[in-house]
Amino acid sequence: MRHDFYLAWRYLRHHRTRTLILILCLSLIASLPLCLHRVLDAGEYWMTKRAEATPLLIGARGSAVDLTLGALYFAEGEVPAISMREADRVAATGWADPLPVYARFRVRGLPLVGVTLDYFDFRKLNPAQGELPALLGDCVLGADAAERLSLGPGDTLASASGNAFDLAGTYPLKLHVTGVLAKSHAPDDQAVFVDLQTAWVIDGLGHGHAEAQAAASAPDAPFGPATVRRADAGLLTYTEITPENLSSFHFHGDPATYPISAIIALPHDVRSATLLRGRYLDDSAGTAIVRPLEVTRGLLQNIFRVGALFDGILVLVGGAALVLFSLVFALSLRLRQREIETIYLLGCARLTVARLLLAEILLIVLLSGAVCAAVLYASRPFASELARFFILS
Amino acid sequence: MIVLEDLSFRYPGSSFGMAFPSLRIERGAKVAVIGPSGAGKTTLLKLIAGILKPDAGSVRVEDTPVSTLSEGERRNFRISRIGFIFQELELLDYLNVFDNILHPYRINRVLKLDRQVREKARELAEQTGLADKLRRMPRELSQGERQRAAVCRALLTEPGLMLADEATGNLDPANKLRVIELLIGAAERRHATLLAVTHDHELLPLFDRVIDIRQAR
Repeated sequence: MRHDFYLAWRYLRHHRTRTLILILCLSLIASLPLCLHRVLDAGEYWMTKRAEATPLLIGARGSAVDLTLGALYFAEGEVPAISMREADRVAATGWADPLPVYARFRVRGLPLVGVTLDYFDFRKLNPAQGELPALLGDCVLGADAAERLSLGPGDTLASASGNAFDLAGTYPLKLHVTGVLAKSHAPDDQAVFVDLQTAWVIDGLGHGHAEAQAAASAPDAPFGPATVRRADAGLLTYTEITPENLSSFHFHGDPATYPISAIIALPHDVRSATLLRGRYLDDSAGTAIVRPLEVTRGLLQNIFRVGALFDGILVLVGGAALVLFSLVFALSLRLRQREIETIYLLGCARLTVARLLLAEILLIVLLSGAVCAAVLYASRPFASELARFFILS
Repeated sequence: MIVLEDLSFRYPGSSFGMAFPSLRIERGAKVAVIGPSGAGKTTLLKLIAGILKPDAGSVRVEDTPVSTLSEGERRNFRISRIGFIFQELELLDYLNVFDNILHPYRINRVLKLDRQVREKARELAEQTGLADKLRRMPRELSQGERQRAAVCRALLTEPGLMLADEATGNLDPANKLRVIELLIGAAERRHATLLAVTHDHELLPLFDRVIDIRQAR
């Protein structure tokens, strides 16, 4: 058998281009469905784990999938906002603790998520470096986000302007990185977290500016000369929150009306969860409550259905390719008739000739298997990333 | 000793039959087989080698009744007792010269490939002027060098019988002489029998005996 494999190896090596094409085709046919399943499995694990950890989610009535993807996985695409009042209402029921999440913005391609400090406790997110944001204008980076941005505690990061055509002037805010979270293998790794109030500052709901200067007195005022204070476009608006200007930052309007993307509701028990869900049965209300696990499972079922269809197509393509390979092999046997006759005349049994050919096939299959395994191994670190990309994009 | 008795053969589907009269060739003899094309020279060699089985008559090589052996036994007999230098037995293009010489040892379990065999292959290559070309591929050799490599392959098993069919057919005169001298020298050294089909009448004086297959029919 050793000699069979040696001769087969020499033959394949001599015809290396043909061999390489065969190996690449076979490994592609084998690795594509396997990689797809790996990505789907990674996606399933990653999504289900997150959904299981989130009992209830409250958001604007509409697409439950969009709400879940936006609030849990920070997917791109804006989730219609609800007001902060909704969180107060949940808290007032006494059935659940609300965790508001505001995930409207992105910073250098990464989600910028406004949360309260309770969110970090709930998700068991602890800083690996530095500390959690304590002041307005602070941010903490997820592990992957820090790596991707090459930032750490002490660095700064500018938020993207909400709207370039915003005449009211929502300026980018320079955020202070106070810490980097330990890796959690969850969407939190890719996010930049700020305090909810900092998110509202970025949204233009709060700002800080210099004192409006006193203008020249108006001598022709109807009730005599008066001093006016001018707050026009020349007024200096701060783009960085520092200890010096922190006190100048303020919000306008009722905080209960400020926007958030969703509320993660943490019911105290099953009964509370049921009662809370009952509160959102009214279809005419602007808000809805969803169970992320149900939504995620429904979404995954659809994805797996598409995956199964893809599998079926690949089986057909693979079958066709195998028939083609058999044809190529049969034709190559005819081309090698003279060589086969030579070794037969020398004293080689027909069975040995068959064994030599089998060794060639086995080597090709083994090498294809090795390439396939290498592709699978190499794809392992990216499976989660790919799943995230395909499912969330 | 080779003994042929009332040998006849007909290719399947052919109306053309061949009959060979009884023939006795002593061990160590160097015999040239001549005759016109289609007379059955190659067929005769194939019958002796056991590649073909006669319709009638018998072939005996030394103490082996070749014509009565099973296919497997004939195959083992062929690879271990006979050295082939057929024009159609080309070197394999995907093996280098060294591996081509060792090839019989890789395709039949009767032969065991060990260090001694490899050493012997090197010696043969040395004797045939191929020592520096063992790692070359057949396409990198001249026609004469390829034929010499085929001779090495045939001699490696130290056969008692060497069958050469037009072994010098495509060679220039100098290479023809060199290959025939090589075969004759190898046969003499091993006291092996050499049966060579040739069209080159100028080579005939080098042989002990000439069998004209036309006369034999």
